[in-house]
Amino acid sequence: MKNENDADKQDRESREQETSGGLTRRGFLTTMGVGAVTLAVADKLYATPAAEAEMIERGKLTKVELSINGRKYRLLVEPRWSLLYVLREGLGLTGTKVGCERGECGACTVLINDVPRYACMTLAVEAEGSRITTLEGLMKGDALGPVQKAFAEKDAFQCGYCTPGQIMAVEGLLRRNPAPSDEDIRRGMSGNLCRCGTYKNIIHAAKRAAELKKA
Amino acid sequence: MKKNERELYFAQNIPLPETPKPAEGVRPWQTTTVVGKPLPRVDAYERVSGKAVYPSDIVFPDMLYAAILRCPHAHAVVKGVDAKAAEAMTGVRAVISATTPEADILWPYSPEMKTKLFASRCRFEGETVAAAAAETLYQAWDAVRSIRVTYDILPALSDERRALESGAAQVHNGGNKVKTDTYERGDVAKGFAEADAVLEQTYRNESELHTPMELHGCVAKWDGDSLTIWESTQGVFAVQARVAEVLRLPLSKVRVIGHYMGGGFGSKLQADKSTIIAALLAKKTARPVKMFLSREETFLAVGNRPPSTMRLKAGVKKDGMLTALEFSGTGSSGAYPAGGTSLLDWLVRDLYLCPNVRTETTDVYINAGPARPFRAPGHPQGAWALEQMLDSLAEAIKMDPVELRLKNVPAVSQARPNNPPYTTTGLQECLERGAQAFGWREARKQIAEQNRSGHVRRGVGVASGLWVAGGGNPPSTVIVKLFSDGSVNLNMGASDIGTGTKTVMAMVIAEELGVKPEMLQIEHADTGTTQYATPSGGSKTVPTESPTVRAAALSVKQQLLELAAEDLKTSPSDVALTGDEISSLSDTSKKIKITGVTGLKKRGVIVGIGYRGPNPEGKVVNPFAAQFCEVEVNTATGEVRIIRFLAVQDSGRVMDRLTFDNQTFGGVTMGIGFALTEGRVLDRNQTGKMVNRNWHDYKLPTMLDVPADMVSLPIDRPDPEANLAGAKGLGEPVTIPTAAAVANAVYHATGVRVTETPMSPMRLVQLFTQARK
Repeated sequence: MKNENDADKQDRESREQETSGGLTRRGFLTTMGVGAVTLAVADKLYATPAAEAEMIERGKLTKVELSINGRKYRLLVEPRWSLLYVLREGLGLTGTKVGCERGECGACTVLINDVPRYACMTLAVEAEGSRITTLEGLMKGDALGPVQKAFAEKDAFQCGYCTPGQIMAVEGLLRRNPAPSDEDIRRGMSGNLCRCGTYKNIIHAAKRAAELKKA
Repeated sequence: MKKNERELYFAQNIPLPETPKPAEGVRPWQTTTVVGKPLPRVDAYERVSGKAVYPSDIVFPDMLYAAILRCPHAHAVVKGVDAKAAEAMTGVRAVISATTPEADILWPYSPEMKTKLFASRCRFEGETVAAAAAETLYQAWDAVRSIRVTYDILPALSDERRALESGAAQVHNGGNKVKTDTYERGDVAKGFAEADAVLEQTYRNESELHTPMELHGCVAKWDGDSLTIWESTQGVFAVQARVAEVLRLPLSKVRVIGHYMGGGFGSKLQADKSTIIAALLAKKTARPVKMFLSREETFLAVGNRPPSTMRLKAGVKKDGMLTALEFSGTGSSGAYPAGGTSLLDWLVRDLYLCPNVRTETTDVYINAGPARPFRAPGHPQGAWALEQMLDSLAEAIKMDPVELRLKNVPAVSQARPNNPPYTTTGLQECLERGAQAFGWREARKQIAEQNRSGHVRRGVGVASGLWVAGGGNPPSTVIVKLFSDGSVNLNMGASDIGTGTKTVMAMVIAEELGVKPEMLQIEHADTGTTQYATPSGGSKTVPTESPTVRAAALSVKQQLLELAAEDLKTSPSDVALTGDEISSLSDTSKKIKITGVTGLKKRGVIVGIGYRGPNPEGKVVNPFAAQFCEVEVNTATGEVRIIRFLAVQDSGRVMDRLTFDNQTFGGVTMGIGFALTEGRVLDRNQTGKMVNRNWHDYKLPTMLDVPADMVSLPIDRPDPEANLAGAKGLGEPVTIPTAAAVANAVYHATGVRVTETPMSPMRLVQLFTQARK
């Protein structure tokens, strides 16, 4: 894995202990818990800003450079905009879906440095310097990638709205663990909800995708 | 069409056009070469590549974003709205509320009950108070959050069980009762007197929320006086009718498009207030407006499966014959009339042979979001009561629960006037084949011999069901076009809500016209360009549309054969289409490819129109089901693990085995949620507000909660009388018996009868503790 900074590495290693690759609900919440504490502290600090600290006005745009699907985008964003919002509404990369905007459903799952992350809980500015992969990034031109092919073949969706997130979660899982067991898949995919209830077929698709990737 | 079918929920309060009679002389398929095979979806590429444009994916360069300010109280009067600060904010382009002249319009919660779009009295938490449109979604939320509203908070009623008590808070002036319905046949007193065992029990289900993955909402865009709406909906024509009615526009000026949509489960059968609000904001700003609800709003304001309390008394003879069923149920529509007890008693009335039945259902108001139809309205709740009662009766007379059900399989619909027969009923076959495939008797025996000293116990359970509709019906019109190169266009108004409608229709065309499904273009769910269809609900899309599509394809085929006969210099009755070739029956050396037909080349296209014929007179078309499961219950922690699940469904002909099984697993998964984790929690004693308005606190099943060993066993018996395709509905019957089957398995494992949903660990631990005392 290239371009991985220390924080990413630490993050990845903690996740590897937690799961065999994907994003579990529990693992995610632990991370978020830490985030919430940090935020609360930061909030207090900002209540009385140090002289040199810059207060950003609401609505003011800031420059950010994002690396998405191997391409660099120089963008102006509000610091509070989520990566999800920027992908969908700013760049038209609507393969990434919006389900809850609070880190509960996984419809917005993207890979950040190969690790499945919820784009709704990631600020765009926070994603600077990371490699972001969205559903569109799994395509080779017009051709489906192996995980996408497996989902189509195994009928691993119904309405298809959670599907991009499910596909990204499987992609992330397989990048970490090329031959997952059923249990690895169930744990790795438990952070992605499907209201149509196609979980059984998603397990089949994940296994099929592992085969297709090997071939 | 029969009157009662017109009144079913998926077609309620919308004008239904009639379609002409279809062509006669068409027979059901005997054998099929494409239909029934496991075909991956024709739109799979679009859905897995991200190319499919869902309504929430629409982005216009000059589009604004809208957000709604909703009442934070369960019951309050709006005294004043101050939006000055919001209007002055950066990026804000419009704010509307009750005082905005163009928003002074009526919203029909029901035909009889209309309120202002921004009502002064908010009868539920989440009622609309104001809305804003801004350059970014963040600015729109900033704007609505800065609107200052003065409320007079009123006492709220949040428990439907107390709605009719004296002193209960009044949701509407004039009492909290919506209505009471009664039904009676035979003499229940006599029936109970004849019984060898009589049992009585109260059951309750908590309100369940739809929460489809794609949020409710739309993009609204005006071109002068024409309005186009891209809406996440199950029925574009239903949305069109409602929007035209509320905004007083001609139907021709309202175009609703919903090619893809991310799930609905009944909550997207109708237009939502937010669509009207989007249209108003778009008009006011002369810009396209994107209006999608937040996830929290979808928990509060766009429907639910009503909570209900059901008392059931049942009598049975030693030989297993039911003698009497007496049912009374109270359910809640929420704050406005919305079918709070819709079909709640149907299974008690119709599932089993029983001469003496009396039911009474009372729908009441509470200060909570109005209900909407939710996957088989009333049925999973009714099954929760009836199917647990059957289990208890079986135990009381020492009979196997499958055996007891088999004793009471009816051939006619007893609940309907004149007891019409079912065209087909697979109830007996579902139970018998299911019991065999599951190893029911062996499993019961094995569990009876298990060591009961440990705290982890196994049990098996069964439940069955039928779905009141699922036969499909007119109206439906479909157009099929055959192009000169042999490729085909299908034009159909129905939505594919994720059930595989498009794929099934492609298979029907492939069956009749020999065209490969990938050579098909499908236009659908667009009021501007496709034919009228009722919303995709009621498990009626396949049985309604597939015969219609077949009729259209047959019309094309007939015209094609006539043209080919000219080329082959024979009569049209002497030619037949096989694959992509037409040949003479009397002289098989005479043949011609579709693409070689002179008449087709000249015309460039053959157009066929199909109409949905009526259902058989005096008969009932219903799907049936029996489901079996094995659970492991931890009596120390209250956790229930589902080890295996078998769903046996009689839905007539299996159209696509792949989507059939998928739909079955999905219904079972949803039923597992209803059984184990899902339930709305209102702060009953204080604020009346909803406590678990997100997916963290309101838990849907995840991949960890469904068994790996989940099997779909279709009966696959085509129903030739039902319609030209022989198919019955599937989407709803698959979720009807699930929760009851799990509850019966929990009882089998622990000896504790759980009568309330959800069977959460907390509830179970309490019950197990009580049972030990």
